Amino acid sequence: MLPYVIRRILIMIPTLLGVSVIVFLMLHATPGDPAELLLGERATDSAIAEIRSHLGLDKPLHVQYGMFLKRLLKGDLGETIWTRQKVWTEVKQRFPATIELSVAAMIISCFFGMIFGIISATKQYSFFDYLSMVGALVGVSMPIFWLGLVLMLIFSLHLGWLPMSGRLSISTDLEFITRFYILDAMLTRNWPAFKDAVWHIILPAVTLSTIPMAIVARMTRSSMLDVLRQDYIKTAKAKGLSRFTVVFKHALRNALIPVVTTIGLQFGVLLGGAILTETIFAWPGVGKWIFDAVMQRDYMVIQGGTLFIATIFVVINLLVDLLYAVINPRISVQ
Amino acid sequence: MKKNKNPEDRHPFADQMDLLWRNKTAVAGLLIIFLFVVTALFAPLLSPHNPVEASLYDQLKPPVWYEGGSLRHILGTDDLGRDILSRIIYGARISLLVAVASVGIAFFIGSLLGSLAGYYKGLCDNLIMRAMDIVLAFPHILLAIVMVAYLGPSLRNAMIAIGIIYVPRFARIVRGSVLEECGKDYVTAARAIGAGDLRIIFLAIFPNCLGPLIVQTTLGFASAILDAAALSFLGLGAQPPTPEWGAMIAMGRSLILRAWWVMTIPGLAILFAVLGFNLFGDGLRDALDPRLRD
Repeated sequence: MLPYVIRRILIMIPTLLGVSVIVFLMLHATPGDPAELLLGERATDSAIAEIRSHLGLDKPLHVQYGMFLKRLLKGDLGETIWTRQKVWTEVKQRFPATIELSVAAMIISCFFGMIFGIISATKQYSFFDYLSMVGALVGVSMPIFWLGLVLMLIFSLHLGWLPMSGRLSISTDLEFITRFYILDAMLTRNWPAFKDAVWHIILPAVTLSTIPMAIVARMTRSSMLDVLRQDYIKTAKAKGLSRFTVVFKHALRNALIPVVTTIGLQFGVLLGGAILTETIFAWPGVGKWIFDAVMQRDYMVIQGGTLFIATIFVVINLLVDLLYAVINPRISVQ
Repeated sequence: MKKNKNPEDRHPFADQMDLLWRNKTAVAGLLIIFLFVVTALFAPLLSPHNPVEASLYDQLKPPVWYEGGSLRHILGTDDLGRDILSRIIYGARISLLVAVASVGIAFFIGSLLGSLAGYYKGLCDNLIMRAMDIVLAFPHILLAIVMVAYLGPSLRNAMIAIGIIYVPRFARIVRGSVLEECGKDYVTAARAIGAGDLRIIFLAIFPNCLGPLIVQTTLGFASAILDAAALSFLGLGAQPPTPEWGAMIAMGRSLILRAWWVMTIPGLAILFAVLGFNLFGDGLRDALDPRLRD
């Protein structure tokens, strides 16, 4: 197991280096002077000269990349252009919001996706099976930003049940500990804030969960169908075990192996996909922050934010692979 | 036509088409795609009004089934008085163009890289596939957004960005198939009669990898339409007054309380078109990929 883990971690390094090269080159591949691009057209000459020397823009490209990499290794992602904050500080402030939203979406999609998948598999070709698989296909065919707006129209504007945007109402007080608002509210036993935070997360989380839910449902169904055809399931049935025991104790455990991989990979996708959902629901996470930076042309934020998300994405995919090796011992032998 | 009695003589392709034809959802998907393509091609004939012509007297007219709606504007009008049905019809053109162009870019570059990697193996394979891994290290919509942010927002740049982020999907599929085909006798035979590498790759091997590629192309059309709509919704793709479905949703967003139809209807159009490609793509996969057959 250990050599496998080490090999996988080593493979990650060139990928991450490649990611940093792409993020670095994007700025230089853009037509125009990077210093002006970073500071905007109205920047003073002294400011431009300052950023030129700081980023080494007058040096050859490979020297600049070396400086860029050196700063990265020190955890320095640079400063934002408009607010003059450390990019890293801003990331740290916003990342909990993105994780909280992604975890909530993941819980919703796993729960319903797996239930629909299991029922569909045990009742293959039934009306329910047909309906839920068409439903799953509709789910992956929908533009999620549109779904978010429609849910907003129905549940916030017409019915008035749920808040439209943000993480908390302005009137709610909450002491921040972890910056995961729901967790913070539980830790401080602040139940009104807890309810408020949960109410706020429902719409964006449901919106974000649609695609992974559909994918999990389809994956669970096909994996479950595979397992239900195996001989040991026939044996279990022949022993006279109840249908429930056969499905949930014997079949599900083996059927879940590929599903776990799917779920893990989807989690990484969610972190990136949150950019649309966060923008629509004004959810103050990393995704909305990067999008705002795109609109304001804050290239330092775009650079740092993209690099951060891509790194997280690569690490999550690695963890999923390792987890897969743990629950499926056949893989690590190769 | 004389029916072929001996099942052994049937071409596997005929079996696959039979299987596809019996798959009701796939046929439904094909019908939707047909409708979508016809709408896009004959947009000027089908649309009742000019999609970009504003009419101040007809602002925010509701759809015909709604109180105050009229047959003149069956799906209502937007805040500039433009006919939504006409904009949806012309929007099909944009979506079709985006899908074909971006998937075309991905298909071409991806197949080329994938064939080279699979055929030459070794260092070439390693370099190409590591590069693909790097592209895959970004969540794809984020990479598209960031690329357009640097290239500048326009429909053309959105298509380029989407095309590039789809390259690895095609490269991986082609590489896998080429690796599998390389060891077969017909490749050895081709080499024995003195065929060059390029001839072997593109005339002998490549046609045999088309099955999974066709499936990926169909599903790629679906996600390209979705991603292009997302980019346009964010203001990074098609610019006004282009009747693009995602951009129409973005415009309708500010009218969400006054005129729900401006935002809702383009979303249904996207859903419908994407669903068509997904249904058909799923059916194709079942038919063309024997490993997935029950």
